[in-house]
Amino acid sequence: MKTIKEINEKIKKGQVVVVTAEEVIDLVREKGVRKAAEEVDVVTTGTFGPMCSSGAYFNIGHSTPRIKIGGGTCKLNDVPCYTGLAAVDVFLGATAIPDDDPRNKVYPGEFKYGGGHVIQDLVSGKDVRLEATAYGTDCYPRKKLETLINIKDLNEAVLFNIRNCYQNYSVAVNLSNKPIYTYLGMLKPELGNANYCSAGQLSPLLKDPEYKTIGIGTKIFLGGGTGFIAWQGTQHNPQVPRKDNGIPQFGSGTLAVIGDLKQMKSRYLVGVSMAGYGVTLVVGIGVPIPVLNEQVLKNAAVQDKDIYTQIVDYSSDYPQRVASSLGEVSYEQLKSGKITIKNKEVPTGNLSSYSKALEISEELKSWIKKGDFILSEPVAPLPGKESGYSFKPLKERPVKP
Amino acid sequence: MVSKRVVLQFTHSLVDQPIVYKLVKEFDLQFNILRASVTPKEEGLMVLEISGKKENFEKGVEYLKSCGVKLQPLSQDVVRNEEKCTNCGVCVPICPAEALVVDPKTRKVIFHNKKCIACELCIKICPPRAMEVHF
Repeated sequence: MKTIKEINEKIKKGQVVVVTAEEVIDLVREKGVRKAAEEVDVVTTGTFGPMCSSGAYFNIGHSTPRIKIGGGTCKLNDVPCYTGLAAVDVFLGATAIPDDDPRNKVYPGEFKYGGGHVIQDLVSGKDVRLEATAYGTDCYPRKKLETLINIKDLNEAVLFNIRNCYQNYSVAVNLSNKPIYTYLGMLKPELGNANYCSAGQLSPLLKDPEYKTIGIGTKIFLGGGTGFIAWQGTQHNPQVPRKDNGIPQFGSGTLAVIGDLKQMKSRYLVGVSMAGYGVTLVVGIGVPIPVLNEQVLKNAAVQDKDIYTQIVDYSSDYPQRVASSLGEVSYEQLKSGKITIKNKEVPTGNLSSYSKALEISEELKSWIKKGDFILSEPVAPLPGKESGYSFKPLKERPVKP
Repeated sequence: MVSKRVVLQFTHSLVDQPIVYKLVKEFDLQFNILRASVTPKEEGLMVLEISGKKENFEKGVEYLKSCGVKLQPLSQDVVRNEEKCTNCGVCVPICPAEALVVDPKTRKVIFHNKKCIACELCIKICPPRAMEVHF
């Protein structure tokens, strides 16, 4: 048994033992859970995939004369921001696209540039064009503003993602006879390919499946800087069926995360275009798991072969919200490059970069070893199964005239 | 025997000529059309895999050049922008030529340039747009 406080003392003294969520697997195989739990203080996880509910807010500073963008409009490189806030605070969502983007009018749409790309451009240090309009008030008379902005000049630039880091995710396939374009990529007709999106045995919430160490207030690697878990993510759902090892067999837990965008690096925050679907942001996240006891380590040492997910048809079942699975596969099977569905061998593709996830877990490991990253105590737990917290569909009700 | 993948570019005046037919008839070459298109300016573009005896292949290439067809080997055309690629691997099952594969050890995506048939399927589905075509 160890406490986070004791682990932090070891970090400060340079005596901490840190391994990645991949390395811990071999270590347990070699030495067994008990010995490994004694030796290891922290296990670092990592993930690097598209996370659509990402965004950033900015305070751009006041112009002379003053302008109240709140209630007006604001665009960054033609991408519209949310302005329903105070005078010079704006929020940019990762999936926002310019008003004149053709979208899916020419199908499948290309979605060349949007919110995710603006965030990456800002993080890279590029100047971004801001255009704002306002209605003008006695105290904020200006009605138009056009200027270049740079992240270094903004008062605040904060990444705030309301749902990231999905604990498990379905595998998408297409049973129809034409190609379809989804957020899990292009799916060729008649089971032409099977796309998945998880770092599997490196993924943070899969390595602490019942949220025993990861909670609200946990300090994390976020986009190359440090951030915090701010809350459970939207659609957080601890209620899904789990295997004996506690790992959910469906998409379940999620995280809301926050961090200073100014510290982040463009190699860990990448704006991407999903053909026929839209724009999003690929976010690199790494969560440290303090090895408080044997059970925590045992969970952190789970391998791809013991993590299962469901295969879902995205041509009909997913859009129509029909809950059905074409079968269950492990991440080991998915990573082999092909899986069998309905007696057909189907090639697999991952939308989440395992090699980048590994890089993130290594980077976080080196920060902790160097003493640059001290662990934080969660201030509140994420809602677990016992909380009753769940994810409900929309109850549509007629609107009476 | 040689077998090479080449990109042929035809000018406006050549689009209606039976050039590929002559490759078969006069030079005894086999061909497999990997891609063909006529651009809005009525320039033709064709990606062929040509195989046959080495001397016939060379004569065939001479003939194409003498007609005014621009020729270049295919492998130069599709390139990966290494800076942009995140090694996710969503392109892997889409590539019909198995030119994009995952290294089982490093889990990085390897691009076998020589296997590429320049179908360009990867170009539009690559999320960070790391696959580029240079004609």
